[in-house]
Amino acid sequence: MSFLAKYIGQKVKRTEDPRLVQGIGHYVDDIEIAGALSVAILRSPYAHAKINSISIDAAKNAPGVVAVYTGKDVEGKVGYVPCAAALPELKVPKYPVLASGKVIFVGQPIAAVVATDKYKARDAADLIEVDYEPLDVITDAEKAALPDSPLIHEEFGTNVAFVHNAGSGDVEAAFKQADRVVTQRLNHQRLAPIAMEPRGVLAQYFPGEQQLNLWSSTQIPHLLRTQLALMLGIPENRLRVITPEVGGGFGSKLNVYAEEALAGWISMRLNKPVKWIESRRENFQATIHGRAQVGEVSVAVKNDGTLLGLKYDVTADLGAYHQLLTPAIPTLTGLMLSGCYKIPAIQMTCKGVFTNKMATDAYRGAGRPEATYLVERVMDLIAGELNMDPVELRRKNFPRPDEFPFATATGLFYDSGDYERALSKALEIVDYKKLREEQKAARAQGRLMGVGVSTYVEICAMGPSIALPAGGWESATVRVEPTGKVTVLTGISPHGQGEETSFAQIVGDMLGVSIDDVLVIHGDTSIVQYGIGTFGSRGIAVGGAALAFATEKVVAKARTLAAHLLGTSEASLTFENGRFVGAPDDRSVTIQEVALAAYIPHNIPPDFEPGLVATHFFEPKNFTFPNGTHVCVVEVDKETGDVKILRYVAVDDCGKQINPLIVQGQVHGGIAQGLAQALFEEVVYDENGQLLTGELMDYAVPKAHQLPRYELDHTETPTPVNPLGAKGVGEAGTIGSTPAVANAVIDALSPFGVKHVDLPLRPEKLWRLMKA
Amino acid sequence: MKIEISINGQRLEADVEPRLLLVHFIRDLAGLTGTHIGCETSICGACTALMNGEAVKTCSILAVQADGAEITTIEGLAKDGRLHPLQEGFWECHGLQCGYCTPGMIMSACGLLQENPSPTEEQIRHGLEGNLCRCTGYQHIIDAVKYAANKMGAQAAKAD
Repeated sequence: MSFLAKYIGQKVKRTEDPRLVQGIGHYVDDIEIAGALSVAILRSPYAHAKINSISIDAAKNAPGVVAVYTGKDVEGKVGYVPCAAALPELKVPKYPVLASGKVIFVGQPIAAVVATDKYKARDAADLIEVDYEPLDVITDAEKAALPDSPLIHEEFGTNVAFVHNAGSGDVEAAFKQADRVVTQRLNHQRLAPIAMEPRGVLAQYFPGEQQLNLWSSTQIPHLLRTQLALMLGIPENRLRVITPEVGGGFGSKLNVYAEEALAGWISMRLNKPVKWIESRRENFQATIHGRAQVGEVSVAVKNDGTLLGLKYDVTADLGAYHQLLTPAIPTLTGLMLSGCYKIPAIQMTCKGVFTNKMATDAYRGAGRPEATYLVERVMDLIAGELNMDPVELRRKNFPRPDEFPFATATGLFYDSGDYERALSKALEIVDYKKLREEQKAARAQGRLMGVGVSTYVEICAMGPSIALPAGGWESATVRVEPTGKVTVLTGISPHGQGEETSFAQIVGDMLGVSIDDVLVIHGDTSIVQYGIGTFGSRGIAVGGAALAFATEKVVAKARTLAAHLLGTSEASLTFENGRFVGAPDDRSVTIQEVALAAYIPHNIPPDFEPGLVATHFFEPKNFTFPNGTHVCVVEVDKETGDVKILRYVAVDDCGKQINPLIVQGQVHGGIAQGLAQALFEEVVYDENGQLLTGELMDYAVPKAHQLPRYELDHTETPTPVNPLGAKGVGEAGTIGSTPAVANAVIDALSPFGVKHVDLPLRPEKLWRLMKA
Repeated sequence: MKIEISINGQRLEADVEPRLLLVHFIRDLAGLTGTHIGCETSICGACTALMNGEAVKTCSILAVQADGAEITTIEGLAKDGRLHPLQEGFWECHGLQCGYCTPGMIMSACGLLQENPSPTEEQIRHGLEGNLCRCTGYQHIIDAVKYAANKMGAQAAKAD
């Protein structure tokens, strides 16, 4: 496949931005339909309680109220909130869109109030009286797995939803041969994704056409359409899901939520448009959380630093119900336990456990940050035990570039990589040797300076269909219109990633047209062919690949017609800068001229199908494995425990970059989120299952002055998995940064004998350690 | 209560409930949806607009408190089809991804540059502490504000 380099690889300004910087784009709540009613949801204030009765009379009679619905109304009419993940003997509880009988987490929907405006809907929700009988609450996942724990789903007789074993190799032998075994218990705290735009749904039913239009702030319009059609019992082709601007997702909108089904159902029942917009408090309570694993990692190692084997015994806190992919997330951790090292034997035992909390699911990185954090943390522990430089230990265990594709004991084949190159580059940028000398000098002055390194690899471009519950292909249609303008329909659903621009770059270079002539359409199931959506760093690497193949088909078809128009053979023509050249008489035709001739087919070859459009569904043969090295330099304030980041250097390898400006933005934002996990953020429930971090006042999303200036560089090992050579970059920053920051802070505290501290590394925690 | 608010130079009179938030007046009554709502608790800053020239969070002001005020929202920033230097800076420097925090971020930066036309990086970072962005990690936002400060400084110098 051939590409011009006019746009690809260039820092092209985003075509999305003019509307967004002027505030004239449209997110769900910005779409106004005359006569639309507002929906407010009454949610459970208890983490575990029996519902004895619900009285809705006062609410029904409140001003402006049109209807009030409870669990009884939807029972048998709206299907359960779906879980797409499949594991052997997985326990899947029925998850009603409105609770009936009992509630099992704070924030669980109990009733929906429909009123003429949002103020009235919320007022009326306050008038609903629920008689609760509190039950014993269990929030600690390890305790919830014990036989005497209170049961969340009595029907299973246990809170353990699944036990998942992963890995291969003779782990017992590895541990027997080991000179040393390094063991550490690690907690991956629960996090909240916090897209700046909360979730929202607008639903409008047309009874005559029997058509439901549903606007939702989602990452997966087509998958949502299929699932909602099943939940609502309507034909899939009569449900149109529209995804307008989406204000961030980070995995939290890679889901199917109760409110989406409720809004659709209410609209159908009332024959009225209805809108539900999530408040931030609801977003904390009832939009999925991420991470939440606690476990013990053990590594068998030789005295020279050679890794022999790794064991990870972990409990995953699933929350009260499965959302779309809840049980699948820890399995991704299992896949990535080899990190970027040769570890011949790996074994993970994971217990997935129900607790009285909101469900966990995919949050940026989804299972891989957990793996990278534990591997990179334990590498520093091993280096400490062996008195080796942490960088040398890593180096020693890297697969060499000529060992790719590299097979791991977790069953993966890493497609390509040169881990040493990224590491060397990062060390050169920070001047690692000098840094260690500076650190010595700082320590001599009593200053707590620390250096943290993380060499990471992640699994991206999700992915081969066999590995994903709903398939992992992606689709694209390229249509050259009669006037030569190019329309792209993509099955991915960008929400900040800028594919309206980067996809136009791909098509612009392949067709030799201006990107101003390319329109990229996404997120409307009535316009776009079926697609999978945006998550798992797959936009460019899978969606972009589908687009490249579709564009190639268009060029091939155009070539047939061009040869006919020029009276020559296809083989004699070359396609250069949007023009077919090489005819014996030096005549040529542009792609635009060919397009017009294809739609006004007065002169076409026999059997030539009019029009100039092609669709491609791309099925990747493997995942891709972006990788890199992050180095963080910190100083911890001895008096306050405050962490100051002195430098942050990231060298990432995402393969070929289509738009380096967008790549930078993705890496910056990813680092910010991973760094926030290391230093600030944690979802906290108390022992009664009350969410203590229920607002942005209590949950520490970092602000501008709390984050450093990032120094970025990259290496480029193109992937053979797709024709673009692009590996994906959406999650790299999040995955690489958490251990780099944690290692730096713990390194800074090593004069106090500190070897490990669980995240987040907030000042109070560090201060206490230093005072202990 | 009967109130009158001028938004981007357009006066709008309405009879509102005393509890109506200014942000809902702007979005629902004036139909200007560029001012976003991200938390309703004045933490995230997505709803920032200028009220009598000062950056305010419109989710924590009642519409009745803005009676008689002059409001500028993101939609009022571009003049004669030309982007404001801040809007241009955000575009040039890739200062936005999902775009949801962007209008509030730009309006806050507008307030900041009015007070301090040539802020240092540190001053920009602190000046924007009332606005959360989850996508960019802030670096490109800081660059965008610097870009605008330079451009506005150059324009002001030219005007002198």
